[in-house]
Amino acid sequence: MRYLPISDADRQRMLAKIGVASVDDLFNHIPAAVRLKKPLDLPHHQGEMEVERHMTALAAKNIGATKASMFLGAGAYNHHIPAAVDHLIQRGEFLTSYTPYQPELAQGTLQYLFEFQTQVAMITGMEVANASMYDGSTAAAEAVMMANRITKRQEVIVSSLVHPHYLAVIETHARFGGFKVASEPMVIGREEKLTKMIHDQISCVVVQTPDFFGNLHDFTELAKACQAKGALLIVIVTEIISLGLLKSPGEMGADIVVAEGQSLGNALSFGGPYVGLFATREKYIRQMPGRLAGQTTDADGKRGWVLTLSTREQHIRREKATSNICTNSGLCALAFTIHLSLLGEVGFRRLAETNHARASLLASEIGKIRGVSIINKTFFNEFTVVLPKSAKITVDRLASYGIMGGIPMTRFYGRQLELSHVLLICATEMNTENEIESFAKVLRKVLND
Amino acid sequence: MTNITKKTSPTISGNQGLKLEEQLIFEQDNPGISGVDFPAVDLSKNHLGGLLSNRRIGLPGLSEPQIMRHYTRLSQKNYAIDAGIFPLGSCTMKHNPRLNEKMARLPGLGDIHPFQPFETIQGALTVIYQLADWLRQLTGMAAVAMPPAAGAHGELCGMMAIRAALDHRGEKRLRVLVPESAHGTNPATAAACGFQVDPIPANAKGTIDLAAFRAKLGPDVAAIMITNPNTCGLFETEIVQIAKDIHKIGGYLYCDGANFNAIVGRVRPGDLGIDCMHINLHKTFSTPHGGGGPGSGPVVLAQSLASFAPVPYIELRAGQYQLVENAKGTNSLGRLKAFHGQMGMFIRALTYILSHGADGLWQVSGDAVLNANYIRACLEKTMSPAFSGTCMHEALFSDNFLADTGVTTLDFAKALIDEGFHPMTVYFPLVVHGAMLVEPTETESLASLDQFIASMEGLAQIAKKQESLDSFKNAPIFTPRRRLDETTAARNPILKWSDQQKTAKSDAT
Amino acid sequence: MSKTTYFTSEHEWIVVEKDIGIVGITDYAQKQLGDVVFVELPALGKKVIKGKDMAVVESVKAASEVYAPVSGEVLAVNQDLVNQPATVNEDATGKGWFVRLRLSNPKELVGLMDLKTYQNFVKGLS
Repeated sequence: MRYLPISDADRQRMLAKIGVASVDDLFNHIPAAVRLKKPLDLPHHQGEMEVERHMTALAAKNIGATKASMFLGAGAYNHHIPAAVDHLIQRGEFLTSYTPYQPELAQGTLQYLFEFQTQVAMITGMEVANASMYDGSTAAAEAVMMANRITKRQEVIVSSLVHPHYLAVIETHARFGGFKVASEPMVIGREEKLTKMIHDQISCVVVQTPDFFGNLHDFTELAKACQAKGALLIVIVTEIISLGLLKSPGEMGADIVVAEGQSLGNALSFGGPYVGLFATREKYIRQMPGRLAGQTTDADGKRGWVLTLSTREQHIRREKATSNICTNSGLCALAFTIHLSLLGEVGFRRLAETNHARASLLASEIGKIRGVSIINKTFFNEFTVVLPKSAKITVDRLASYGIMGGIPMTRFYGRQLELSHVLLICATEMNTENEIESFAKVLRKVLND
Repeated sequence: MTNITKKTSPTISGNQGLKLEEQLIFEQDNPGISGVDFPAVDLSKNHLGGLLSNRRIGLPGLSEPQIMRHYTRLSQKNYAIDAGIFPLGSCTMKHNPRLNEKMARLPGLGDIHPFQPFETIQGALTVIYQLADWLRQLTGMAAVAMPPAAGAHGELCGMMAIRAALDHRGEKRLRVLVPESAHGTNPATAAACGFQVDPIPANAKGTIDLAAFRAKLGPDVAAIMITNPNTCGLFETEIVQIAKDIHKIGGYLYCDGANFNAIVGRVRPGDLGIDCMHINLHKTFSTPHGGGGPGSGPVVLAQSLASFAPVPYIELRAGQYQLVENAKGTNSLGRLKAFHGQMGMFIRALTYILSHGADGLWQVSGDAVLNANYIRACLEKTMSPAFSGTCMHEALFSDNFLADTGVTTLDFAKALIDEGFHPMTVYFPLVVHGAMLVEPTETESLASLDQFIASMEGLAQIAKKQESLDSFKNAPIFTPRRRLDETTAARNPILKWSDQQKTAKSDAT
Repeated sequence: MSKTTYFTSEHEWIVVEKDIGIVGITDYAQKQLGDVVFVELPALGKKVIKGKDMAVVESVKAASEVYAPVSGEVLAVNQDLVNQPATVNEDATGKGWFVRLRLSNPKELVGLMDLKTYQNFVKGLS
């Protein structure tokens, strides 16, 4: 078998050295009742061609962004990834390397993580960032638990405008971790009064901008209200391209910023693997979960990097660890940092501007359709519309025209009647002006039929 | 300005042949330059609510050629499986097949959005379903939870499922038994779920002390977390009995599946009586380690825990695969992560499994155990195996053979780096003094093993002669950087570049 | 005024004068830890219990609990250790002190080791 280099002749030599007659003998100490005598009755090995045929057939049953016009967001965004990114992350020294526990053999990984940490701190406007988490939603849950540790309080407020999956993850941790989540049910179009909910047993307030419906927020006043009560402000950003254009959460006074980094360098890939960003104030670094790359010098006085502050982590603190996390999102973080390095100051700004311009065009075109109204007063590249018909049925019909035309709100909030006509739509630099005009035309047709 | 100490550099540039120095991207900023082309946009009319910012973020500007060079040079400073044996115990650093990478990038798999209508992604759901089916059959378990993003995340899932099951029974049990040899994620996970950790010692053979385990049992015990084979590389032969004992008092058996490579295709954890086990797709099923992630940690569940699985999960309804995403009204423990799981890793793992098949996987565990035992047999006279007898997929040595030499396990590992090998796992498990845990995996050829063994043997002999203590203490000397000052890094953490660092200590000679 | 020094099997020392005690870790302990990088001290006024967690001392590779040798209330902590954790390595029995306590139950001192007993105890460990 092509991945297994040990031949029968090798095996004989090795068994002689070990002093047993067969490989099976090395398994004899396992109780016979639970030891299989031969391979399971499942398909046998296959060559590359057969496996490729199998997987290609499965791929052919899906309609992806290569074939369809993609106008979907809700925390995962269709962006262009420069060709150089994939070439670089496929270098074996990146793809097949390990966590940099032996720093002398991993200065490549450690340097890019240090650069990644710097970039994340810069774009979020915060003092320090870690070397990534699994994704934005688990980063948000970790941020809440960190706030609980710092404030020694056990009650958290989560805005109803936060991505419903992120809220659900926080609620799961609350249920098993023994803290309480105060969250009002989402009511479309209602303005939240979070400041009123903060009391001196609240550890943190969790908000998002752009929010799940695409609205933009300035949390400066909320940050002050939190500070006055000794609570931390946690800001979630699910579309980090927005940071190329907008006031940063750090400037608003956030204590912790968590974000989904997928928009840079990482394909949609049906929801994973993605990369969580985590940034906070310098005074909290010892409470921060996840890995950290730190600068130092070697025995010759040369600059280099190591994983540092590891004593927070599970392999040392065990049950007293700040988190049980072991892996970060290595290769996804690398893709992110390469993409952002290619963009640079000018490119990041232009990319963000292009996103807003395309979304503005889409909003303008769709807004002209009779019976369609856009809820948002502000948005970056994503906004919410109310249709004159069922959003789900509309989306299914658009799919038959090769258009992924939005996500029905009922997918997230159940069969609430007032949401059945509500649709979340996104446009990015990947949507050309022609595509946008086509979409509007087809949508008008579908709604009028 | 470079950060090379001129007095130690034998060249003008600081480079040495193909060992090329590389600055940080921030030190190569060329304002206005970019590696992508986007036209300027007029946003004088916008919908940004006054939040349009004109701040300088500080990102450096580089062109594509500079970026290619930067990251190529960084890559050259990394050791990798593609370069040589990576014998890290319990990490299963096996070859990462390139077919996996090709499949993950197929149009229709890499470019699909998680919230597309189900009719447009039936192939994707089929991939997940087929992988889940293989995992169920390989483990002999009733159900699989696919969402966890990594091994530790899978542990969280398993322990939360146990908590959910106990809550459902109306029982408040707070104690979880964990062997002292366990990986640190085990007690950390138990604590994160609100449990109290109670350690169990190992016996002289390196397995769980059955008497000590039984002495700890009680009506307040929620579960025992076992790694099998354990972190000493040994099969827990009493595991069937342990499962019976814990079930008798109403508790659950969680199995850490990090070492599944030793038994995959030959032993089904379901037959051992376990209630849940996480699988590291990035270990046993070859998805790439990528410098520290991403991983994927699906959890197989017995019938006793199946209904508590997290959302989302896949159901077949009227011939169509669908995702169940809402936990309300069900026993599900809830949601652990946004979206549906590490799809990119599912594609790679399924490709790997289809490539190997049942006969291939049988050979995988066979050769993994063979290779580790070969290493053990070749080194047992010169080095000090921690336990007598054969091992499974990893060989564990203590630092007894280095006694009175002045060479520590750390020094030995650093000397191995100069030999051109990534060292084995060191100082884990904690129950063995100066532990060295060697896991070659099945994808190492005999020639590769012999090279590694020759260096290990040679270094052990040199250490024992006690003539070259300095060379151990100074190792490594051939890598791009020598031993790094971790103390200063922890006392005065510098976690990002800033333009104030022009006066940083690193410039001082 | 007489000061007496006691030692615990977890390598803490306590210098007691009347009902006030100053606590630190022994030279043996700092050697075992290696370079100390961080110290986590309790809050003022905290009530500590004999044998339970009182502080944490971190080196690069390990984090160790410092246990309260006797029960009491935290009157003062050594803020210098926060900026200069290396002091624990340089002068563990003097400038590297951790916490000053008001003892709530001086009887708990019975059973702690004196210097000679502690030195023999350490000899037995190696």
